[in-house]
Amino acid sequence: MTVKGELAAHPTNREGHRERARPRRKRWSLETLILVPILAYLAVFYVYPLARILLLSVYGPRLTFDHFLRMVTVPVYTQVLMRSFRIALLVTVLSLVLGYPVAYLLSNLKPRQVALLMPVILVPFTISVLVRSYAWMAILGRQGLVNTLLGWLGLTQQPLEILYNEFGVLLGMVHILLPFFILPAYSVMIRIDRDLLKAAYIMGATPARGFLEVFLPLSLPGIIGGGLLVFIQALGFFVTPALLGGPQDTMISMLIELQISQLLNWGFAAALSSVLLIATLGGFMLLTRIVRVSILWGEAR
Amino acid sequence: MRTSPPNSWAARIGTFSFRVYCALVLLFLAAPVVIVVPLAFSSADFLRFPPPSYSLRWFNNFFSRRDWMEAAANSFKIGFLTAGLATVLGTAAAYGLVRGRSKRKEALYAFFISPMIVPNIVFALALYYLFSRLRMVGNMWSLVLGHTVLALPPVIIVLSASLQSVDYALEQAAMIHGARRLRAFVEVTLPLILPGMVTAALFAFLVSFDDLLIALFLSGSRAVTLPKRMWDGVRLEIDPTVAAVALLVMLLPTVILVMTALLRKRAVGRGGEKATP
Repeated sequence: MTVKGELAAHPTNREGHRERARPRRKRWSLETLILVPILAYLAVFYVYPLARILLLSVYGPRLTFDHFLRMVTVPVYTQVLMRSFRIALLVTVLSLVLGYPVAYLLSNLKPRQVALLMPVILVPFTISVLVRSYAWMAILGRQGLVNTLLGWLGLTQQPLEILYNEFGVLLGMVHILLPFFILPAYSVMIRIDRDLLKAAYIMGATPARGFLEVFLPLSLPGIIGGGLLVFIQALGFFVTPALLGGPQDTMISMLIELQISQLLNWGFAAALSSVLLIATLGGFMLLTRIVRVSILWGEAR
Repeated sequence: MRTSPPNSWAARIGTFSFRVYCALVLLFLAAPVVIVVPLAFSSADFLRFPPPSYSLRWFNNFFSRRDWMEAAANSFKIGFLTAGLATVLGTAAAYGLVRGRSKRKEALYAFFISPMIVPNIVFALALYYLFSRLRMVGNMWSLVLGHTVLALPPVIIVLSASLQSVDYALEQAAMIHGARRLRAFVEVTLPLILPGMVTAALFAFLVSFDDLLIALFLSGSRAVTLPKRMWDGVRLEIDPTVAAVALLVMLLPTVILVMTALLRKRAVGRGGEKATP
């Protein structure tokens, strides 16, 4: 009897009550069966199509590694790959520099004050990337807010070129990814026991030393979690670089789109996608090792 | 800071500049949201800020042109269907995850939310390959099926949190009194997680309503969505109608956020659900 066996195995487990309330024998529990529809759905419309793309990257009419070779031998493509990683890294560092102080401030405020400031972080978060990139075009353009303002103040003779180049791309991407850093960092910081800091001060530590030697190390999981989350998302960004960058700012995702819409080169597009997919999932696996996944969307308090 | 004891001038200046820095970062986050409003009422034929004068011509353009209205109708249809499908699948998944005791729970959870992490361009390309073979490009349902995959992670996150806060003992009590599993769930747990389900459905709708990349590949010419139409507007014509639509599209999530906040408040008031993220 499985029921008896399980009860014996978990004598204090409250699951035991459930078995007693439903004394019919089943090989598959309802909790497992109920997962079947979603697993089937994801297998057909998620795992299979992605697997098909991975296969397509090495198997055209026959087995080939030409597409991957092309990526490392043709300078234009190598440059795009390097640029994507460099931009993703820069965006991550900028998010850290801009986001850490804000997360620190939030973690020190009273709940009421946090409730007042949170919408500033969450509202842009919910607005479509397309709309926000469009707004940046209006701010950074030759006749945009920044240039009009500088012109009025007489600070510049001619408009600054801050749109359609890497500066615009970085600004737009940091704007979109910053909340992904702030929220995990905040939810880690809020869990740090402040008595530890007080103890450090009582022992004579200066505020700077207390921060550097007590608070900073304890907030590290938030920094690494948030940083990785920003990095892996930045790597595959499409809309922002496409709208705010120039032709010289092509990233992997734009190259993939180009291969399909202009050249119909499925094999090469699949190979590029595979690189992006593997790099991203690798980063995600690393992430799940470092922090509990649920921390990432600010499961705070 | 509350925790730092010294109150010298240096410390005060430090605290002050730290706060100014944070305020500037928050201003940076808010700026584009604020800018869209005057832009939508611009009278200029192209993108410039500040607008030379104000008018309603771009709203008028949006509501009177057939391509824009069709795109909006498609987006709403696809959004509603996605919300329905994702909420049904997601509720079942969350129930299995929260009530089950599988050793692979963490791994399953990571798998279910991984569509958030997979680059949209890669997933869109993969779907395009699948649906072009099935001759379903330009079919609304191909978009619904794709958007549902993207909508599942937020749905599962919201519903897991909401199920975790419902005491399982209530369901067990119903079963001890002779209710079957299904009846116990439908009559005891379901009403308690209903606010969570509505929130989840709204999130799913938003995911679908926002998606550009899947639409870019699968829309064809018959299932053009609002983001796809906006994309064409920005890329091909720098049409200020986009700003008017942007304002309308921006208001939608704000309204939805307020609605979910109100729902949560009501739920907390009834003691049904603890605050969920």
